[in-house]
Amino acid sequence: MLTKRIIACLDVRGGRVVKGIQFVDIVDAGDPAELAHRHAAAGADEIVLLDITATHEGRGTLLDTVKRTAANLFVPFTVGGGIRSAEEAAAVFDAGADKVSINSAAIARPELIGEIGSSFGAQAVIVAIDARRVKGSNDPVGAAEVYVSGGRKPTGQRVIDWAREAEQRGAGEILLTSMDCDGTRDGFDCELTRRVSEAVQIPVIASGGAGNAQHFAEVFKAGKADAALAASIFHFGVTDSRALKAEVAAAGVPMRLPC
Amino acid sequence: MIAVIDYKAGNLTSVVKALKYLGAQNIVVTQSPGEVLRADKIVLPGVGHFQATQLLSDLCLTKATREATAKGTPFLGICVGLQWLYQGSTEAPQTPGLGHFAGACERFPATFNGEELKSPHVGWNSLDNIRPDSRLLAGVKPGSFVYYTHSWRAPVSADSAATTNYGGPFTAAVERDNVMGVQFHPEKSAETGLRVLKNFLEL
Repeated sequence: MLTKRIIACLDVRGGRVVKGIQFVDIVDAGDPAELAHRHAAAGADEIVLLDITATHEGRGTLLDTVKRTAANLFVPFTVGGGIRSAEEAAAVFDAGADKVSINSAAIARPELIGEIGSSFGAQAVIVAIDARRVKGSNDPVGAAEVYVSGGRKPTGQRVIDWAREAEQRGAGEILLTSMDCDGTRDGFDCELTRRVSEAVQIPVIASGGAGNAQHFAEVFKAGKADAALAASIFHFGVTDSRALKAEVAAAGVPMRLPC
Repeated sequence: MIAVIDYKAGNLTSVVKALKYLGAQNIVVTQSPGEVLRADKIVLPGVGHFQATQLLSDLCLTKATREATAKGTPFLGICVGLQWLYQGSTEAPQTPGLGHFAGACERFPATFNGEELKSPHVGWNSLDNIRPDSRLLAGVKPGSFVYYTHSWRAPVSADSAATTNYGGPFTAAVERDNVMGVQFHPEKSAETGLRVLKNFLEL
């Protein structure tokens, strides 16, 4: 039986895993390679590394981090943050990534999705969408809007429309982050996730709002997510995939559990 | 020498990395029929479109593979590499496969038992019906999870070494003597995948 995936996300700045606490302080959470391997050993189904600085100067450091993290990591490994061209994507693949996640650059130039896909396969291209509900609309979820530049800039584009276009252009998966829920630890935006999941054939990864195992079970069942991303929930020994997955499985969701 | 055939279908880094991790020495990433004929083992990775396998015929690698496998060289196809071992795929009807195994690869149906079936099939799914005599899957327990990402699948036959269920059973692994293939990605399937690659290296 196909299981639902729990994906551990590492936010990286300057070669270190960081995590904002209450959106302000950046706390050093460790070495990306070490944390990635620890997550994989604890049963995380995939690892995502997001470069949150994504500056031009930072690219060299990022590629080095990707290389070190990918070494001896035998679960799927995705890298995102600041990838603007097929050449930049190729460099990340060469360093050992299996998939890339693209966001603002795909909005700016949607052809990029197909360009990366034609060399590395559609399965290697994840289109990340930062979404915010439109308050005051009579369908706040259906009208949810795409934001870019780390969630700072609204695009006027509807999330559901963009997800469909990304699929048509050859995206392999959609990584949907709810900006309304991100950082709250109150649970995923299940309704938004379900609407997007029903609008496309490709897998949808839910992100933003994970606080406990019940939230994961909800987004897999009610939200029809194929996978869910967790970042801060894993850091500082809050919990690990093994414990999390056992709880999600107990709630009736098919999970890959360590033997 | 292990020949990893490069036919420009995706990224070979992960496969080569996993083989090296398991202690394989003298891995050659190649497009040369001569090297394929001289190799002690042949690996054909590949993700993406079946059409890409056309390059194998264009570079005379189909003929070289046929000769090498006929003299007993162990061969492992991964993902599209497994699909190529069959007669063809509806994904690219004009491009014939090696035809070592009977049948053709077909797309997952849009619905199964009245329910929508998402495609591609992406994620960790379990191995069932593991053939006890399989050398490739020796030591792999039924129900072990492996990582998939594909939209076309090979039919189940007597040559199937294991099946996986998604919209009905399909061939997860195929094996007859020295010619083998896996639809999943062993290089991305944690301990189970490494076990499969190790079994192949030890043939």
